[in-house]
Amino acid sequence: MAQSVVVQVGQCGNQIGCCFWDLALREHASVNKKGIYDDALKNFFRNVDTRGTGISKGRICSLKARAVLIDMEEGVVNEILQGPLKDVFDSKQLITNVSGSGNNWAVGYKVFGSQYRDQIVEKLRQTAEHCDCLQCFFLIHSMGGGTGSGLGTFILNVLEDEFPEVYRFVTSVFPSGEDDVITSPYNSVLAMKELNEHADCVLPIENESLFDIVSKINQMINSGKPGTTVKQQSLVTLNEGGIKKKLDEKPFDKMNNIVANLLLNLTSSSRFEGSLNMDLNEISMNLVPFPQLHYLVSSLTPLYTLADVNIPPRRLDQMFSDAFSKDYQLIQADPKHSLYLACALLVRGNVQISDIRRNIERLKSSLHFVSWNQEGWKTSLCSVPPVGHSHSLLALANNTCVKPTFMELKNRFLRLYKKKACVFDITSFMERNLSVRSLLKFLSFLVCQAALWESLAHLHHYLQVDRMEDSCFTEAVSSLSSLIEKYNELDVTKGLPIHEQVRLNIVI
Amino acid sequence: MSVVTVQLGQCGNQIGYEVFDTMCRDLHNTQGFCSKRENEIYQASCKEHFFNEDKSEVPVARALLIDMEPKVISQTLLKAAHSGRWKYGQHSHFCQRQGSGNNWAYGYSVHGPKHEESIMNLIQREVEEYDSLSGFSIIMSMAGGTGSGLGAFLTQNLRDAYPNSFIMNQVIWPYGTGEVIVQNYNSVLTLSHLYRSSDALLVHENDVVHKICAKLMNIKQISFRDVNQVIAHQLGSVFQPTYSSEDSFQYRRNPLGGFKDPALYTSWLQPSDAFCEWRTHRAFNKYEKSAALVSNSQFLLKPLDTIVGKAWNMFASKAYVHQYTKFGIEEEDFLDSFTVLEQIVASYCNL
Repeated sequence: MAQSVVVQVGQCGNQIGCCFWDLALREHASVNKKGIYDDALKNFFRNVDTRGTGISKGRICSLKARAVLIDMEEGVVNEILQGPLKDVFDSKQLITNVSGSGNNWAVGYKVFGSQYRDQIVEKLRQTAEHCDCLQCFFLIHSMGGGTGSGLGTFILNVLEDEFPEVYRFVTSVFPSGEDDVITSPYNSVLAMKELNEHADCVLPIENESLFDIVSKINQMINSGKPGTTVKQQSLVTLNEGGIKKKLDEKPFDKMNNIVANLLLNLTSSSRFEGSLNMDLNEISMNLVPFPQLHYLVSSLTPLYTLADVNIPPRRLDQMFSDAFSKDYQLIQADPKHSLYLACALLVRGNVQISDIRRNIERLKSSLHFVSWNQEGWKTSLCSVPPVGHSHSLLALANNTCVKPTFMELKNRFLRLYKKKACVFDITSFMERNLSVRSLLKFLSFLVCQAALWESLAHLHHYLQVDRMEDSCFTEAVSSLSSLIEKYNELDVTKGLPIHEQVRLNIVI
Repeated sequence: MSVVTVQLGQCGNQIGYEVFDTMCRDLHNTQGFCSKRENEIYQASCKEHFFNEDKSEVPVARALLIDMEPKVISQTLLKAAHSGRWKYGQHSHFCQRQGSGNNWAYGYSVHGPKHEESIMNLIQREVEEYDSLSGFSIIMSMAGGTGSGLGAFLTQNLRDAYPNSFIMNQVIWPYGTGEVIVQNYNSVLTLSHLYRSSDALLVHENDVVHKICAKLMNIKQISFRDVNQVIAHQLGSVFQPTYSSEDSFQYRRNPLGGFKDPALYTSWLQPSDAFCEWRTHRAFNKYEKSAALVSNSQFLLKPLDTIVGKAWNMFASKAYVHQYTKFGIEEEDFLDSFTVLEQIVASYCNL
């Protein structure tokens, strides 16, 4: 059985990562009643004795996560190490600093990247050496900040250089429009260029979507409608997350839980048995028809659990319908009205092939598939359901509905970046005679200019970093533009009549 | 004469288990609807073809389990052992840690050469156990990476190593609407390669079997287990001992012998010669009477044509091709495969 390593970078990356490890332990605990260190556990965990030496078989002694935790501030990682999961992480797997990256991609990538490269490579090698067959790196980070975004994408490069044969799955949290980090568009676009070039597969996540989903779950819990109680042990709504709780406006714990569940379900078929297995390398094989188009929109159901256990087929079908609804997508997107290049359905629990086929038949007429992949479905059946559910569905779509997210990102970037081109000649303004009206005009101009100068100042923060130039920005936005253009070219084909390609003519 | 069954990949191993389980049940069935002596002869014949006897007297399936990842083989070995009625040999399996990722190229060009020696040694050891080898029955799917890619590679190797043995491939045709998105590429590549090295391809279509489960057997929630059991029953009924043409009371020595009959394969035949009948008095699997039809007809033309058409459409846009070229299967190789299959389609059309 192959193993995977999680690399969690920055505040967001580590918080989600921590949720993931918490849920993974709970899932294995509910399945593995005998306490034997089996192949399923081996995927994400090592088994060590009291001296820290690995034990490959037999009873579970002490489980250690196959993870590397990196942050340029200490806060989050320290909380993890003081929380209920402190024994799951090896102290040799951590890299922290105190100064933080100041929400600056350039600091994360160029400064901390070069400073910590050797340490990072060493920690990764150590973790890899503990695996007898390393199949995949899961990188978890956010795009809007400095560490997750900058150092995270630097690490992505390192993973490609040092472990070229190992898959790189990236879970990226994209900033929302109201993000309070002004420079998040810069950080995100600079990071996207790296994702375009060095990731095998990216699962974009938007906080807005997670927030909406959590709000709906809360509504369901509070609505008091009969039959709509959320199951007690449901991992979706479990609140602990393995970190000491803070009072927070946004329900980040619950939001992080959803992403953690995504990763659990993604890997369930490679960890547990089923009648149609799906390994991680099959995800890339089936869902990435062209190397650059590797962004997968994910949706997870059920999120609002119903109380009864024997869910008849009609309700099962509802689960499939929900997976294609825009309310369940983890980014702000509506795949039903865009073009599918490929779609994967990862089903867990008591679901059989006839259930999947019935639902594909039912749903496919309302979906648009690209002309060369009219039946582009990949399915997998894992017998082991998630904790607290009798079955679940994870849908992964390679769909042009990611385009609006990328276009919005590009627009926000340009709004910020183009301001530097508006340079007013203040001196010539001063030489003219100033009336009161002119003075007021001038004052209001100064206020605007202050905002412009502020944005200019942000750019300056990036450019003063060694080896960071204007061309980094222009190349990054150009990379994003070319990606958007590819989706445009595909979208244009949507709804057009499909012409069968002329077949080879063989003379017998 | 013994048949070596090679179970490849998840599909091959899951079906292989059901085949042996079905044959074992049939073996122990006392309701043969025939005389006791008849039953004994039948049982002996079946056992000889498909099972070994070891010290514990539990029949050991003459099978090799091969997969590139361990989960399915572990499950299969366990299920067989738990049944108590039969089991697999202790050293009859070969597996690795990481699967073929639904990639024909990976199965054929990476796993194939890498494990060629180990797998061929395993087969050699098994073959040496038998007084006489009737042939090979390879169970594989076309849609995935191991069964299809490694299956094609292995069939070629077997042909080279055992030029006089009969090689039959049990090929599982995937559901039309996706189990795997690149299944049409994998199928085209598999069929074109098998065509060159296999003696006979016995095709089982998932869609057809699914309909059997739904309409004839009235199963409500059809699982892969149901599908596999139907396929196993079909295979079992075809392989059960039958009378040889010389002596109507002697069971045919070679279970695959019937397939060597050229009458099955020629296109210019009198209708009276075209239908071969293999008979046996002993009932199979508790059915009082049953008939299994194996036909070489234009029946497969439509599914074959459909698969080639879909694969060609996808190939025209070059989608997914980079996943194959990464492991040494170039566009040229695709074109060669398409050509072979178009020729087959044309030949069947011309009948």
